Amino acid sequence: MKFDLNKLVWPALRQVSSGDVAGLGKASFSKRTASLKSRLSDADRVVPSVCPYCGVGCGQEVYVKDEKIMDIEGDYASPISRGCLCPKGSATMQLVTGTHRHQKVLYRRPYGTKWEEIPLQDAMDMVAVRVKKARDATWEDQTGKGHPLRRTLGIAHLGGATLDNEENYLIKKLFTSLGMVQIENQARI
Amino acid sequence: MAECHPVGFQWVMEAKRRGATIIHVDPRFTRTSAVADLHVPIRAGTDIAFLGAIVNYIISNDRWFREYVVNYTNAPAIINEKFQDTEDLDGLFSGWDAEKGQYDTSSWGYEGVEVSPAAGHREMFSGEPRSERGAMLSAEKLDPTLSDPRCVFQIVKRHYSRYTPEMVEETCGVPRELFLKVAEALCENSGRDRTSAFCYAVGWTQHTVGVQYIRTAAIIQLLLGNIGRPGGGIMALRGHSSIQGSTDIPTLYNMLPGYLPMPKATYDTDLNKYVEYNKSATGWWSEFPKYIVSLLKAWYGEAARPDNDWCYGYLPHITGDHSHMVTVAAMADRMVKGYFVMGENPAVGSMNAALQRKGLRGLDWLVVRDFAPTETAEFWRSAPEVVRGEVTPEQIGTEVFFFPCSAHTEKDGSFTNTQRLLQWHHKAIEPPGDCRSELHFVYHLGKRLKELYRHSDAAKDRPILDLAWNYREIGEMQEPDAEEVLAEINGYTLPERNPLSAYTEVKDDGSTACGCWIYCGCRKDGVNQTARRKPGSEQDWVALQWGWAWPANRRLLYNRASADPDGNPWSERKKYVWWDAAQKKWTGFDTPDFIATRPPDYRPPEGAEGIATLSGIDPFIMQAEGKGWLYDPSGLLDGPLPTHYEPQESVLKNPLYGQQCNPARLEWIRRDNPYHKAWGDPHYPFVATTYRLTEHHTAGGMSRWLPWLNELQPEMFIEVSPELAELRGLENGGWATVSTIRGEIEARVLVTERLRPLNIQDEVLHQVGIPYHWSWIGRSTGDAANELTAFVADPNVSIEESKAFSVNVVAGRRPPGPRAAAAAPLTEPSGFEDPPRDLEAVQGKPIGHHGLRTGKKELTEEG
Ligand code: SF4
Repeated sequence: MKFDLNKLVWPALRQVSSGDVAGLGKASFSKRTASLKSRLSDADRVVPSVCPYCGVGCGQEVYVKDEKIMDIEGDYASPISRGCLCPKGSATMQLVTGTHRHQKVLYRRPYGTKWEEIPLQDAMDMVAVRVKKARDATWEDQTGKGHPLRRTLGIAHLGGATLDNEENYLIKKLFTSLGMVQIENQARI
Repeated sequence: MAECHPVGFQWVMEAKRRGATIIHVDPRFTRTSAVADLHVPIRAGTDIAFLGAIVNYIISNDRWFREYVVNYTNAPAIINEKFQDTEDLDGLFSGWDAEKGQYDTSSWGYEGVEVSPAAGHREMFSGEPRSERGAMLSAEKLDPTLSDPRCVFQIVKRHYSRYTPEMVEETCGVPRELFLKVAEALCENSGRDRTSAFCYAVGWTQHTVGVQYIRTAAIIQLLLGNIGRPGGGIMALRGHSSIQGSTDIPTLYNMLPGYLPMPKATYDTDLNKYVEYNKSATGWWSEFPKYIVSLLKAWYGEAARPDNDWCYGYLPHITGDHSHMVTVAAMADRMVKGYFVMGENPAVGSMNAALQRKGLRGLDWLVVRDFAPTETAEFWRSAPEVVRGEVTPEQIGTEVFFFPCSAHTEKDGSFTNTQRLLQWHHKAIEPPGDCRSELHFVYHLGKRLKELYRHSDAAKDRPILDLAWNYREIGEMQEPDAEEVLAEINGYTLPERNPLSAYTEVKDDGSTACGCWIYCGCRKDGVNQTARRKPGSEQDWVALQWGWAWPANRRLLYNRASADPDGNPWSERKKYVWWDAAQKKWTGFDTPDFIATRPPDYRPPEGAEGIATLSGIDPFIMQAEGKGWLYDPSGLLDGPLPTHYEPQESVLKNPLYGQQCNPARLEWIRRDNPYHKAWGDPHYPFVATTYRLTEHHTAGGMSRWLPWLNELQPEMFIEVSPELAELRGLENGGWATVSTIRGEIEARVLVTERLRPLNIQDEVLHQVGIPYHWSWIGRSTGDAANELTAFVADPNVSIEESKAFSVNVVAGRRPPGPRAAAAAPLTEPSGFEDPPRDLEAVQGKPIGHHGLRTGKKELTEEG
């Protein structure tokens, strides 16, 4: 086979002449690779974020183009994660853009055998009515000894460990003021 | 840690590169063990025995850090002369009240003084409210020589004297040479110049003695001087992005934001009583009234006035345990009408899954908010018991609403990570379709309820009408402004609404509102401190300008202990926070966790009150007397010192005491929650433990729907040793059925040397590893580990025991047939008499509502 001088000699020369002796830097670029760029460089904006999975709290950067998420990458600036994401953190892109995400409210009637789609506003109204009804029906004002209770054991809540602090705050504020005490989350589980 | 907190583990590797010794104690060999210097396979459920033996090693070989222990811990304190140890009473402490079925803790206290605990069960005190609690601290008896037989140090020494390397071998299955290597490595790496850290996760908490596991580590770390110092500590590695936040701003029944206790009906009948019961005369909790009054101002605004107790009466009162399992048992008994589940999947992730679903069937209505309908949303149509035909959808009356939720990229908000660090995530795009944030849902639900109750003049509806509920609505979707909510959490002055900058500015006269006092300062100067992102490379290693940590942006709690009693760093190498004599204040790399200008030589004058009682050598400012507690004189329900008890379902008799299990544990005596024999149950001869995999997340709601992750971990499996495989005829890649009396699951078998049989008491003991992510919906399905587990819990925090229980394993797929909780139990609950879990005095514990057997009824409930 004939030696291709270009292929053998030129990169070596480039290495020496450019000072990139190891050949891992500039010298390894061809014209084509030099013109390549990450598709992320087309992003309209990069939004700082945090991984939604475990408690390590790795930094994320969310790349947005045309109001769609292009990708989610680790944030090199984070002193916690230094740009790393584990398999779950790296899958965040799929978590937030995946086809599994349901976009409609579903309703199952008592004794029903199927889901029905209902409008969000109607569902919110229905839940509010049910909360009021359950609360009024199960209200306890005081104990037999006259100690204050001012509560309902008829409604309970579970959840919060993947929610924002602000969300948990409003949950606790509203539900406690409704008289609910059975408010719990994964922290006890 | 490498499996479940992989990116956090890079720092362990960094430490290893710099010469640290990594020790991994775990029943199975994992990615963590692979890079550790020592892997210690242990029998699941025996860590107190293991750690207790380290305590014994430290004390009997005189390896403890004397100057730290004498000055910063309660080692010198003299304990009540009536105190008796488990050594004296075969596994019980003094004060067991056979009639009430609980401890009377009065004999555990300090001689002559009663102190309130920084956390835990403050109602544990006898008698009437006593705001002078702790005020007599000057009367506290101390023996700085640590030689008085009644001082804490000597009591700890005696308590652990039988926790020997031989006993570790007998109990934990850890060879004594291996144990000694661990103990020696820890001691060698502690002192002025060096520190050691413990990391743990739910492998330590999910036990009937979970709190005491952590307490044992605390004893070790205090004895070695490893708390409040860089490279030291006991790190809780938390498994959700904001599980720390959901504890600080608790969606938990027993707390209000900032670790203020929920009012208890019997005691906290008005604000004065509530304050008297919960305030401490000394230490930081003497500031308690400021925090509750400012919280009430944040919640009820103008309506909260001095003449109406700041609307204290609007708060509901608790009458005992209203935790998750208690509530689910009540649901199963049809006592609960409505249930909100937001971003959680209890039909998979909570113990005794069949009983969880029975609870869901007992509701009138259920609201589930998640990315896609989870098993909890679909329980009525495709749960295992429905598929088996035991119940049909037509028999299930629960009305179910599924609301699709926004992702974190579609909303503004903060997460609090495992090191108490609040980090803001910014909204990147609008949520699709009807997806909304929980902030949106709760806010608009609140608005609707205000409207529904608008015309009511009933007293019970005042809290709703007076609720301060005005948040700016943004955009077409009317999303409430998360930063405005953060501003309320941070707190502001009244009426100007200027942001507070530190919790020291919070007042009890109605001139401040503050939604969560420990978070005060997170919006200092009106700037969202949690959104700060100064690159780590442009800061020192403490990185104070990345996010914001509570309290007061402190990254290391109790860091006063990083200096010696005179205020100088213990060593140059471990320098962190110190006293600057020239400037007369504490300074260092971090925000000092101490009263900034209190000199090391300050000693409280006679009759001092509140935080003036904290001396210059009291680093643990949340404790009434400012010292780290080797021995816990109040606040825990199951003893002042951690003691080895066997799990509820064990394979062995307790090698140390006649008392087999934690006497104060919570049990649910119900037909749908039967237990195995205490030990040696011939039907269930193996130990099982549950765990997570790197590639999935808890009950799977955020992972089992993602092809990328499913490709990495496609299927439910169990891990068994080659020896167990041979014993049971299991084939790698084949099917096995794992069973308990509550249920059976099938799984593929992974035969691996990562699980090793243990040799204990001349017997070979097998352990089975069970990941718990799967269930029947999603894009990767399998049986749920929690079909196997039981309702049984730690008494202090009501956390279940899912990390150690007994099972059977056979080859082949799960047979069709009824399950315990879905219909009738397979057999009657196996007796408690044979063999006994409890000494005779403990056996009479009464059974309360919904089958809950607990020892703490009288303390919080009206009797
Ligand atoms: S990337 Fe992995 S380690 Fe980091 S926070 Fe997310 S789940 Fe945790």
